[in-house]
Amino acid sequence: MTVSEIQVAQSEGTNAEGYHEFSLGEFTFRRDEFFVYIIWPTGNHIMSADAFLRALQRDVAWDFFYGVVNFDGVFGTVNHYGTVDIFAGRYNESYRKAELDYSENVETPQIRETFKAVLADWTNSTFDPFASPHETGAAFGIKNGENLSAVTRRRVAANRMVAVPGDEQIRSDASGFPVNRMFRDVDQSEPVIEVEPGFEGEVAAFSLFAYLSRSDVTWNPSVVSACKDSLFCPTTEEYILPIIHGNDRVEWFLQLSDQITWEVEDRDTGAVRSRVVMKAGDICAMPADIRHQGYSPKRSMLLVWENNSGDIPDLIASGKTPTYPIEF
Amino acid sequence: MGASGNPAAGGGVEQASYTTRFGSLNSFDRGGVELVNDDARHYAFSNVFDVASRSKPWEKVAVGKNMEYVLEVVRAEGISEWRTAAHDEFAVCLDGEVTLDLVKLNSSPLAEGSEGSVAINGEPAGPRMGRVFLKRGHQALLPAGAAYRFTATVTGVLLIQTIAGPDTQFRWAEICQTV
Ligand SMILES: [Fe+2]
Repeated sequence: MTVSEIQVAQSEGTNAEGYHEFSLGEFTFRRDEFFVYIIWPTGNHIMSADAFLRALQRDVAWDFFYGVVNFDGVFGTVNHYGTVDIFAGRYNESYRKAELDYSENVETPQIRETFKAVLADWTNSTFDPFASPHETGAAFGIKNGENLSAVTRRRVAANRMVAVPGDEQIRSDASGFPVNRMFRDVDQSEPVIEVEPGFEGEVAAFSLFAYLSRSDVTWNPSVVSACKDSLFCPTTEEYILPIIHGNDRVEWFLQLSDQITWEVEDRDTGAVRSRVVMKAGDICAMPADIRHQGYSPKRSMLLVWENNSGDIPDLIASGKTPTYPIEF
Repeated sequence: MGASGNPAAGGGVEQASYTTRFGSLNSFDRGGVELVNDDARHYAFSNVFDVASRSKPWEKVAVGKNMEYVLEVVRAEGISEWRTAAHDEFAVCLDGEVTLDLVKLNSSPLAEGSEGSVAINGEPAGPRMGRVFLKRGHQALLPAGAAYRFTATVTGVLLIQTIAGPDTQFRWAEICQTV
């Protein structure tokens, strides 16, 4: 399926608030001034437009990420890396028991283009779903222009490492990435490098902390270095992770600065499992059978560490590999 | 808006300045797992500065493991041995000041595709590639097939992104929260 062959199902006209309505499979989506309404054959759901757009932005930007992206306790997506399940109530024990849960599998290009169209249509000119609430206007109100540059930011992903010639480059004032207001005290000096002729492509270093201090988005892991399938995906965090991430593999967090509190629930039922408080230097695993949502009172730097191997979800799901990383 | 720091329309007022808290060997604080219904060991919760404060210089102590991949914490103190790997590795300086020397090996002791790093006996044979001066927050490439050596000019902590090898130390019960 190529992008040009994909038909996004959207209403011809707009509603009284100026927004298009969309459908994907048996799901339909509409928004008004404050809310988003999701309707499926066995039920319907209402979400704040603010929370919905922040979650949708991550789902689109991460191309459905690893495992489950819960927009809240009811609605979300499951990535099967080629297809995506779109679901309502699937990871909610009450919906399951009442048999009101519903799930549909769609081709990734179809949901990608549909979600991109929803995000573009429903995001007004003064709202940036990637920004902290202090850095953007509100998501609410009737249709008021668009913010395409914000919702279509280029996804940063280093092949080898940031700052290696030909790879992703460091951020600067000149490249449009000023130091964030909450990181003004972060040292901006870059490492001193002496390279012998002929080794310019091999001797490379950069300031990861300065790079992160200039990130213009929150809760957006992006690759800075890759050791085969081992990916460093640091991100800067402020306020609340707009999704509840349900793991299909173990992922690790290393808190590089400041503090985040994680609420950890059972991935399938939502039952509370733990709270994890991480301060600078703390490192811990998120098991493969949980879901988690982070709270960062001040903008902080978090190193998310992923194993990108395509074999892992099946190994975990079949029970061949434990849901936690280490037996001791 | 954005970096200008203006509050959102109708929003609250922000502080005039913020202090970013990094940890160090001499000053770190630990959080932890507050259990409701789970096993603390499944989170393998530790702190890199705590681990480094209890390590011998240049020991490679795993603080993260995902299948064959590991994150190692290294207490950088004095001069390290020369090491090499058949794949790229990465070092992040989390505290202190560390000089990295790189030499292109004429012949690697490792087979292509082998995983993890090994020590090299004596001085590496090959042309000098260069030198990198790392301070806190700096990340360097340890390129595949190169020999590398660290010199800590100020004692500190390195984080190594790599694959488990013969010298990776596993001591989870000593470093992790268990209850
Ligand atoms: Fe996550």
